[in-house]
Amino acid sequence: MDQVKHNNLDLAEIREKLAGMKGQAYWRGLEEIAETEEFQEWLGEEFPNRETLLQLDRREFLKVMGASLALAGVAGCRYLPQEKIVPYIKAPEEVVAGKPLEFASAMPWCGYAKGVLVTSREGRPIKIDGNPTHPSTLGSSDIWMQASILDLYDPDRSKNTMKDGAIAPLEDFLKEARESLTAALPAPGSVGAAGAAPVRILAETITSPTLVAQLSALAKKYPGAQVHHFEPAGPHNALGGAHLAFGRDVDIIYHFDKASVILALDGDFLQVMPGSVRYARDWADRRRVRKSKMEMNRLYAVESTPTLTGANADHRLPLRAGDVDAFTRAVAAGLGVSGMIGSVPAGADADAFLQATVADLKSAGTGALVVPGDNQSPAVHALAHAMNAALGAVGSTVTYIEPAHADLSGQAVAPGDPFASLKALVTDMQAGQVKMLLILGGNPVFTAPADILLPEALSKVPVRAHLGSHEDETSAACNWHIPESHYLEAWGDLRAYDGTATIVQPLIAPLYESHSAIELVAALADKPDTGYNLVRSYWQAAQSVTSTALARTWEKWLNDGLIAGTASQSLTVTANAGAIPAAGANAGATPPVPASGFEAIEVIFRPDPNIRDGRFINNGWLQEIPKAISKLTWDNAVLVSATMAERLHLANNVNVTIKLKGRKLIAPVWITPGHPDNSVTVYYGYGRTKTGQVGSQKGFNGYVIRTSDAPDFASGGEIGEAPGSMRLVSQQMQQTMEGREPVRVRSIKDYGAKPEYPKAEDDEGAGNEESEKSDLFKTPQEYDIWAKEGKAHEYAWGMAIDLNVCIGCNACSMACQAENNIPVVGKEQVANGRHMNWIRVDRYYAGKNLVNPEIVFQPVPCMHCEKAPCEPVCPVAATVHSHEGLNMMIYNRCVGTRYCSNNCPYKVRRFNFYNYANHHEIPVLKLLNNPEVTVRGRGVMEKCTYCVQRINRARIEAKIANNSEGAPIKLVGMKDANGKTVNESTPGVLITACQQACPTKAISFGDIHLDNEVKQWKSEPANYDLLGELNTKPRTSYLAKLRNPNPALEPATANAGSVAAAGSAGSVSEAGTKAE
Amino acid sequence: MAQIFPSTANTLAKISLFGAVVLPVLLIVVGSGITRSSANTKVNVPLDQPVPFSHEHHVSELGIDCRYCHTSVEKSSAAGMPPTHTCMSCHSQIWTNSPLLEPIRESYRNQTPIKSWDGSIGWNRVNKVPEFVYFNHSIHVNRGVNCNICHGPVQKMQLAYKGNAFWMSWCLECHRSPEKALYRSKESDEKGLTPREQVFDLYLKAQKGEENLTSARERALASGRDFAGYHPSSEEVEQGKQLVDKYHVKTKQLTDCWTCHR
Repeated sequence: MDQVKHNNLDLAEIREKLAGMKGQAYWRGLEEIAETEEFQEWLGEEFPNRETLLQLDRREFLKVMGASLALAGVAGCRYLPQEKIVPYIKAPEEVVAGKPLEFASAMPWCGYAKGVLVTSREGRPIKIDGNPTHPSTLGSSDIWMQASILDLYDPDRSKNTMKDGAIAPLEDFLKEARESLTAALPAPGSVGAAGAAPVRILAETITSPTLVAQLSALAKKYPGAQVHHFEPAGPHNALGGAHLAFGRDVDIIYHFDKASVILALDGDFLQVMPGSVRYARDWADRRRVRKSKMEMNRLYAVESTPTLTGANADHRLPLRAGDVDAFTRAVAAGLGVSGMIGSVPAGADADAFLQATVADLKSAGTGALVVPGDNQSPAVHALAHAMNAALGAVGSTVTYIEPAHADLSGQAVAPGDPFASLKALVTDMQAGQVKMLLILGGNPVFTAPADILLPEALSKVPVRAHLGSHEDETSAACNWHIPESHYLEAWGDLRAYDGTATIVQPLIAPLYESHSAIELVAALADKPDTGYNLVRSYWQAAQSVTSTALARTWEKWLNDGLIAGTASQSLTVTANAGAIPAAGANAGATPPVPASGFEAIEVIFRPDPNIRDGRFINNGWLQEIPKAISKLTWDNAVLVSATMAERLHLANNVNVTIKLKGRKLIAPVWITPGHPDNSVTVYYGYGRTKTGQVGSQKGFNGYVIRTSDAPDFASGGEIGEAPGSMRLVSQQMQQTMEGREPVRVRSIKDYGAKPEYPKAEDDEGAGNEESEKSDLFKTPQEYDIWAKEGKAHEYAWGMAIDLNVCIGCNACSMACQAENNIPVVGKEQVANGRHMNWIRVDRYYAGKNLVNPEIVFQPVPCMHCEKAPCEPVCPVAATVHSHEGLNMMIYNRCVGTRYCSNNCPYKVRRFNFYNYANHHEIPVLKLLNNPEVTVRGRGVMEKCTYCVQRINRARIEAKIANNSEGAPIKLVGMKDANGKTVNESTPGVLITACQQACPTKAISFGDIHLDNEVKQWKSEPANYDLLGELNTKPRTSYLAKLRNPNPALEPATANAGSVAAAGSAGSVSEAGTKAE
Repeated sequence: MAQIFPSTANTLAKISLFGAVVLPVLLIVVGSGITRSSANTKVNVPLDQPVPFSHEHHVSELGIDCRYCHTSVEKSSAAGMPPTHTCMSCHSQIWTNSPLLEPIRESYRNQTPIKSWDGSIGWNRVNKVPEFVYFNHSIHVNRGVNCNICHGPVQKMQLAYKGNAFWMSWCLECHRSPEKALYRSKESDEKGLTPREQVFDLYLKAQKGEENLTSARERALASGRDFAGYHPSSEEVEQGKQLVDKYHVKTKQLTDCWTCHR
């Protein structure tokens, strides 16, 4: 166990300090307010706890210096081997050496499609972005889409078909499997197979029409073959809710573009739903405040575990997950859903919140929307349907469609039991009735709820096979393991959240001996064929296209990345509120009295924010990108509220014991402001026992206490002390900028009345010593050397980031990693402050309140300061300015003094302390690199380049396209030659990787003088420079974050202090009067 | 007391003193001499290739355009190397039995990359910029920069060799003063050629006979003399300046580090 300093935080002191802060307080963590030793170290030095030369004795020093000097000379001399050029034998028609190609495809997410556009360089896919024509992404992406390219090149992927740990031919498996299937043929003379089916197929959520058709045909031919479904972290509650309300499966589509008042019930619609990328865009489009459009939607979030949705809400109410049901009923009662009685949990905060929400939703009418979370009970979902119906929102902000996924299990989803299908399978397996089990993808042995004894049951199945991308816990429990192809390697098809079908087209031949699910099922059914033929023939039949017409149509489907007209039919269903069980029907019995030393709690289970249910565990990018709220990397933790930590004397990293229904888990805690009290969040997905080298021995296994009767949250848990601790690495203290007002937040009302940001005189602390000398901190007068020097046709690059629509999802940071060959450094190096992401997304808590602080996100790339502090301190001129205003970092000049980083007030420079990019010389990872960007070696500084490779490419392409004239580069917001406004998906447009990825279009890049989007943004009154008082004249600027609080709640939020100060009824009524 | 040092020690001491001054200088001079010589840079050193391909034969004698093989030179960063099929488009008809072309036929027959007699795969790379340099052929060609300026007299090479060492200072000669490199021939104006077309027109004229090269500039280009060896006249520089304006070449931007390094 690592040695960890336990800084037991004194929360009383922290509260006192917070209360004493002047003006709006922004803080990154409790340590910052407490000014702990650790925080001081991070503030004082960018890389604290280094060994210095002074720590060496004289002899050691001379030895090191002598060796360095000698080797410095030697290292400069190399004999380069003769390079070879290997041309094609027959050149593919489209490939032009040096030019990227893009292909439309789709990435599976919980079985659903996210439309992607994959960039390929000379035959290797290197980057994944959203497909602008696809409704699920509209050209944007998220961290999982970006990171899925790394999964393709994961060196730990399984490479061969294995039988009992030895390489075996697939034919042997097919032979065994067909024998089992023969037994599943109908007995002569009988109708259907008697008794339990001997052959079972366990699949995750399936939307692939081809696979559905195949499996149905298989089950028809072999009545003794049966399909089961299991998705550990799928939308099972949404399905259960649909069954409750409508008595059938439906898929729900939200139209945030039409919603002006939204209530989110403990769910994260901004990030984790199959349609989230699209939802985030639609939601943000209603929040983009410009001079010409001073209005925005209003989001209320009631949530347990803090998520992005809560962080971006105008009003957030932390409630224990178990209390959300009662709250929902209260809202439903307020909205006039018949037969609803609900009460809000004690505390006038919740009551005021309830009244305001109900009134606001009512007044919004058809523009209102209630969004239940995936982790809330089916009853909450059904209630949401009833509320949306009562509001008149159905048909406007919410529509229902035929489900895109198919339930082949033949067992209707029992609303109370999402795992019925798996349970039935396990029962039959234990009874010895299953002769063969084929697991199509997923890792059920690891992800199955703890009370479903899948591993034991598996041992009773004679033939058990696992199709999976990695050798994992499930493959270890099976006797056959078949490598599964990545979605970039195999033909397939998927349907998106709205039902739109996309052909999944591969970009590269399988790297290993792998197979896709459809190829395997086809081979099983004695009709082996290529994935291409299978998908093509399915769609030819499904769309009734003649084979001559197919050639052309097929090309169009592939080119567009979707099959037009395949979106699911919309349904007219009526929510039946009467079917919703009465309150308390689902709630657990009275919690047992906890053992001594233990305290009763509620346990919330959530998939990890980055690696989800464990499937992305071996993906270094997803491991290292800080989790949006906690900023933890490489680990999971038990989240507890600050109040509970204080009561139980818990500190970060300290282990606790969590007991639930006789099961026990020991895990480290992470104090999370905004988490409800008497409740803990356990993230599952980590703690894998058998996986690749990246994911091994990381975190703890949360599944061990997750049971099928309460997969999302359970009351009756107990928390108590446990020995030891685990070192969790969070980036929340790293690269801290000690400056005034790094983020600016205002309410839209104030902003509309007085757009200029209030200066020091508005501070509560006006008159004190600091404010009096505040001229020192004001931005000095303009003396823009660029404005004078710059000629009209010289580009002046700049960026603007709209904090108002930034949701903090990290997609920009991940896209940057993929675009710019940014290496992964590992947990130890992150702990030393050496992570390499060029864009860090800072998360600030705002307010003086530990129970429910506001959260603000701020992505910080290089500012490309016009008066860059990094430049004058470089002794070798390795960082200098370009004539277009780029702050250039020249790797081949850099000698690694790190002076520039030291002098950067924004802390955006990253240093290669080791040869991180070398990837231990694993050849397959070299395929991943973007050839347009240098792979940096050890001892070199690096940072955001504004994607200069894209600038250069766009410049050259624009010049060539318009032969001798200097054609302007196409920039977003510009008018092109035909008078059309250029947007992100215009061919040849210059956009940075982060801008392209951003789901909410919060980043704009362009020329700060020409008429284009970035100039328009920068002319908004909300525009401000980060640490502008330093007069660095950054080219990257920010648009202040705006909130749209309900006037009835406004002062209550501002004051809502700690529990002790939690607004009395008086403060609420006061708020009411003030709002007049 | 006996002398500790014999009298020869005086000479030794003088030689040592002299050596201490001269040797480092000598080392630097010799060292940089070797570094800059063809022994290191391989300039003018023809490389062995799987097939002894002659540019002179194909370009000057047969009049095949550069772009027949280097297909992407005007549209991409890479000039492109011809696939086996390009060779076989002629050599399936002529010289079909030439033993020199056996590697090509073998590649075509077996669908394998071209192999040398020693079994090594591929052609030996002649021109190369370091990994941290991002050179783009298309923009140079589209601004009328001839192949020979960088690659030497390719149309006269029996076996391909490097025409220039690609030192950074040499790149900067043009990038600092592009007016010295840009030119426009009279014929281009008469025929209405774009700068890109002018590049390849030069080889067409040279192939028809050196006498077709009308200006000293063109003769210099055809001979592969780069701007270390050719000093443009003041009129030529004046024309170059006009072209810099006309082509919207931003001279200052050309010397920004990130133009080539990133």
